[in-house]
Amino acid sequence: MDSTVVSTGTEGKTWGGGNQPLKASYGKMMMWFFIVSDALTFSGFLAAYGFSRFKFIDSWPIADEVFTHIPFYHEPAPMIYVAFMTFVLIMSSVTMVLAVDAGHELKKAKVTFYMFLTIIGGLIFVGSQAWEWATFIKGDYGAIQTKGGNILQFVDNEGHRVALKDFVVPTHTERTQHQSKNGLWFVGESTLPTYSVNDVVYGLESHENVLVRTQILNAEGEKTVLSRAESLRQIKENGKAVVEGANLKVNEYGSPLFADFFFFITGFHGFHVFSGVVINIIIFFNVILGTYERRKNYEMVEKVGLYWHFVDLVWVFVFTFFYLV
Amino acid sequence: MAEHAHKLEILRGLIKFKSNTQKIWGVLILLSIVTTVEVVLGIIKPEALMVKFFYMKIINWIFIILTIVKAYYITWDFMHMRDETKALRRIVVWTAVFLICYLVFILLQEGGYVDSVYKTGFIKRDF
Repeated sequence: MDSTVVSTGTEGKTWGGGNQPLKASYGKMMMWFFIVSDALTFSGFLAAYGFSRFKFIDSWPIADEVFTHIPFYHEPAPMIYVAFMTFVLIMSSVTMVLAVDAGHELKKAKVTFYMFLTIIGGLIFVGSQAWEWATFIKGDYGAIQTKGGNILQFVDNEGHRVALKDFVVPTHTERTQHQSKNGLWFVGESTLPTYSVNDVVYGLESHENVLVRTQILNAEGEKTVLSRAESLRQIKENGKAVVEGANLKVNEYGSPLFADFFFFITGFHGFHVFSGVVINIIIFFNVILGTYERRKNYEMVEKVGLYWHFVDLVWVFVFTFFYLV
Repeated sequence: MAEHAHKLEILRGLIKFKSNTQKIWGVLILLSIVTTVEVVLGIIKPEALMVKFFYMKIINWIFIILTIVKAYYITWDFMHMRDETKALRRIVVWTAVFLICYLVFILLQEGGYVDSVYKTGFIKRDF
């Protein structure tokens, strides 16, 4: 009979199995290791952003001039809206950790309530980010792109930004947008700008107080404003295209790389928030259905909580490196 | 359940909380204060802090240090890293911190080098 019993003589010893040196369940540990790898992915993106910024350190856009919008409020107010978004995400982290805490005490009603608040917070954040994207894509002042790919913006004598619509009159043009339905079916182009470069030249000539501002940062960390004669010369000789708003190819705020990284990093983060909300909703319904009540264990809430806090953690860094530094 | 054993003090024992719930609200207040300081500094940008100190403006050093402070409290108290074993904590934190520092150092160094190549004027815009 003894031949069927496996006896290795290691029971109760360190390598005998059944030992948990980290005192964490498999699922929780794997969530931590996933978070480490995801953190490395995000730091790869942010470090690449830093690389490009150091590469163009003298002409990088100033974030305070780019993200100045608040819904329903039309004065430029940098930082306020993004501070609100940060606060929403921190608050939803707090409700998440309260849900985990209520889970330890096996209080189903409390877990349900806090999970619900967490989901609402996540939705508000994703919505705000979508709004911020829409504002960024639409743009507000418009600019001219030079043949070398640089961006020229417009200011008045006091250095305040001037929008193209304030001094340029669009002329009628026969040119229509090339879409696959009205031209070659395999090519197309994006929406045509409202103005042509010639319209901008006429506008600039007829408005004595409008000057051109380049992307080069001066010693005070402000963008360089050209003289009137130099402004006209730059636009006439180097102006190539009118840029309104931002996309992956052009960006009226400055270097296209700034827009690319903005879309990529906040997009990847927003995708994490979105998937976090979806996972939270699944766990929320499991809580309501009593799955964890029957298990007498709310560890699933804790695991999804780890992911949710990680999303908040990443936002703290995105906030610093995109909006503050 | 074993998880009830939460460590309830922050700032090296300077502030002690009576319950885990109370600690959560305490950490929220701390994070809110830090964020408010960041936002206020970001809006007024005091002239005194715009001076360069070791490659970067002092204000940027403050932002980065405050960010690491926030990251510490989110990880330690919201993600309960404070209550995990030393081994798990080191496996997660040291690995990430080492690799991130390495990556950031390499890329920023290279970016600065490319900028200097542009500046010395030998190449206008090639890479």
